[in-house]
Amino acid sequence: MELLRFITAGSVDDGKSTLIGRLLYDTKSIFDDQLQAIEEASSRNGSDEVNLALLTDGLRAEREQGITIDVAYRYFSTPKRKFIIADAPGHIEYTRNMITGASTSDAAVILIDARNGVVEQTRRHTYLAGLLGLSEVLVAVNKMDLVDFSEKVFNDIKDEYQKILEKTPQIAHVSFIPISAKNGDNVVKKSDAMPWYKGDTLLGTLENVQIRDSSASRPFRYDVQYVIRPQNDEFHDYRGYAGRVLGGSAKVGDEVEILPSRTKSRIKSINLGEEELQSVEYPLSASIQLEDDVDVSRGSLIVSAGSAPEGTRSISAVLCVLSSNGLKEGVPYFVRHGSTEVQGMVNEVTYRLDINTLEKGDPSGDLKMNDIVGADIVLSDELFCDLFTECKGTGSFILIDENTNETAAVGLIGE
Amino acid sequence: MLTHLQELEAEAIYVIRELAAQFERPGLLFSGGKDSIVMANLARTAFYPQAIPFPFVHIDTGHNFPETIEFRDSLVKRLGVKLIVGSVQESIDTGRVREEKGIGASRNRLQTVTLIDTIRKNKFDALLGGGRRDEEKARAKERFFSLRNVFSEWDPKNQRPELFGLYNGHKDRGEHFRVFPLSNWTELDVWQYIKEKGIDVPSLYFSHEREVYERDGAVLAWSPVVQLAPGETVKKMRVRCRTVGDITCTGLTVSDASTLDDIIREVASTHVTERGGRADDRRSETAMEDRKKAGYF
Repeated sequence: MELLRFITAGSVDDGKSTLIGRLLYDTKSIFDDQLQAIEEASSRNGSDEVNLALLTDGLRAEREQGITIDVAYRYFSTPKRKFIIADAPGHIEYTRNMITGASTSDAAVILIDARNGVVEQTRRHTYLAGLLGLSEVLVAVNKMDLVDFSEKVFNDIKDEYQKILEKTPQIAHVSFIPISAKNGDNVVKKSDAMPWYKGDTLLGTLENVQIRDSSASRPFRYDVQYVIRPQNDEFHDYRGYAGRVLGGSAKVGDEVEILPSRTKSRIKSINLGEEELQSVEYPLSASIQLEDDVDVSRGSLIVSAGSAPEGTRSISAVLCVLSSNGLKEGVPYFVRHGSTEVQGMVNEVTYRLDINTLEKGDPSGDLKMNDIVGADIVLSDELFCDLFTECKGTGSFILIDENTNETAAVGLIGE
Repeated sequence: MLTHLQELEAEAIYVIRELAAQFERPGLLFSGGKDSIVMANLARTAFYPQAIPFPFVHIDTGHNFPETIEFRDSLVKRLGVKLIVGSVQESIDTGRVREEKGIGASRNRLQTVTLIDTIRKNKFDALLGGGRRDEEKARAKERFFSLRNVFSEWDPKNQRPELFGLYNGHKDRGEHFRVFPLSNWTELDVWQYIKEKGIDVPSLYFSHEREVYERDGAVLAWSPVVQLAPGETVKKMRVRCRTVGDITCTGLTVSDASTLDDIIREVASTHVTERGGRADDRRSETAMEDRKKAGYF
């Protein structure tokens, strides 16, 4: 069975929790004791209706305040696919949460309230989905029951949404689905109320969307995490480079280049535990032995020969500030890129993104949580990077605050 | 095309190797349950042919299913890893904790103190746990790398965002991490993986006849340490464990599932969550969150 990870995005009252509840309920992924627990909690809070949001809001503070604190993960499956939902809450810290959830997703479900149509938030969510490299977007036009299941309302929203896409070239494919999460129309079951809609249900679309991760089709990129050296009699000379494929694939016998030493060798064997493999592909973990005794350690990158990126001590990136302490210019941070860690500092902020207009504006001012900026970063040592749009694993990094140890920002490497 | 199990396996192995690489004194919390058994197998796969480069840690309540301890000892021997046991009985004997008395008494809560003491004594800076986000609503909010302060407390409101599998293990002295490689696995994934890889699990998970009693709608294993309430009686039933924990609070499932295929069918069609029978979770709406904040697994 295939795995699809997706993020759900919507404004505060678009019915996101209801939609997730509906998906889980209609795929029989909610259990009797969970349902009983939220029924009891709902009635304790004085509500007549069962509040499906309580399924995702698990923490005491969330239940007390009726808010969602950060990304929650939900799991369900159909005979066709297994799904992981990253449910990111839609209030102030949204940018940070959506970026976190989107970083491990393949697709985005963006909710639009049929009564309100495309709003500022819709643009923001779509932009962030594109920025994080989600090529597949499902636009769920919700609350169709409140607009008399009107085909015209649906088509107008579709037309309006197409205009946003002009600013997000990364998004390769969009599906539009008219739904009512509350009643279940076109979520899991096809709706009788909208005979004019010939397309698939939301779940049907999720089951069939193509998973296009550009990292899979790029040259081989293998991040070495750990060197396996058994040092016993049976495996006396064994040196296995344990790591994970960040891009492309490779097979036994392939010529490779090792960074940062820039030495060349060939793949002698590929293992996963005791199992001998002939090839390995993104995003699998493995252990690789090389033909030659070369310098490889944690943080080394093994790439297909002839594809090695240039080493660099300065990178341009889109940064999203994640810490409530903000991000400071000219102050050293740890830069974590794959398994490598160097030091780096923001040398210059080149622009600040206005998250409402999506225009690149004046870069001046403090860098606060949720800010998205373009920046040049100088590094204490060479890093070997790809563009984020080409390979997510080698095209992204985090900045770690050396005083608080917090993850202060995430960077997506650009030109 | 990769299967969901291949992707989950790759992710878990990646996380286990990050633990070994980023920390100086890691360990693996081994309960003897299916999740920790799968985790132990993944750790073996991650470092093969080298031995697993960290010890297993068992927090022993003293109220175990005997099958669990037998299984633990044979697995540890087969993998060639060191086993460190933190004993709740010892914590009671030395006066660190006071044992609960009466009906429904459990050593579950006391484990937290023993666990924290074991972490301090052995100077662990990171421990692998088999927790999964689908198990329980507070666990759904858990990170792969979860920071604990010097008091071992979890602060769910102040967690580090995790992006692109870049796990930030930086910490101050005295703090430690709990690391959860199975975060994205469901109960069904665990069983499918056990079947696919031919992993041994204790006989407790398969249908067997056992002396049990019923309390609050749950079927529990009877053992000499259990104090029955008036009206409760011990009877024999065909049951199996869905989770394995302290014998006094682990609910049993009435089941005839005697093979892995039976179990997979049963788990795929069940209407009750795995922890639905855990008396420790049923103490209050946020029982798990409260225990986790205090340093529980």
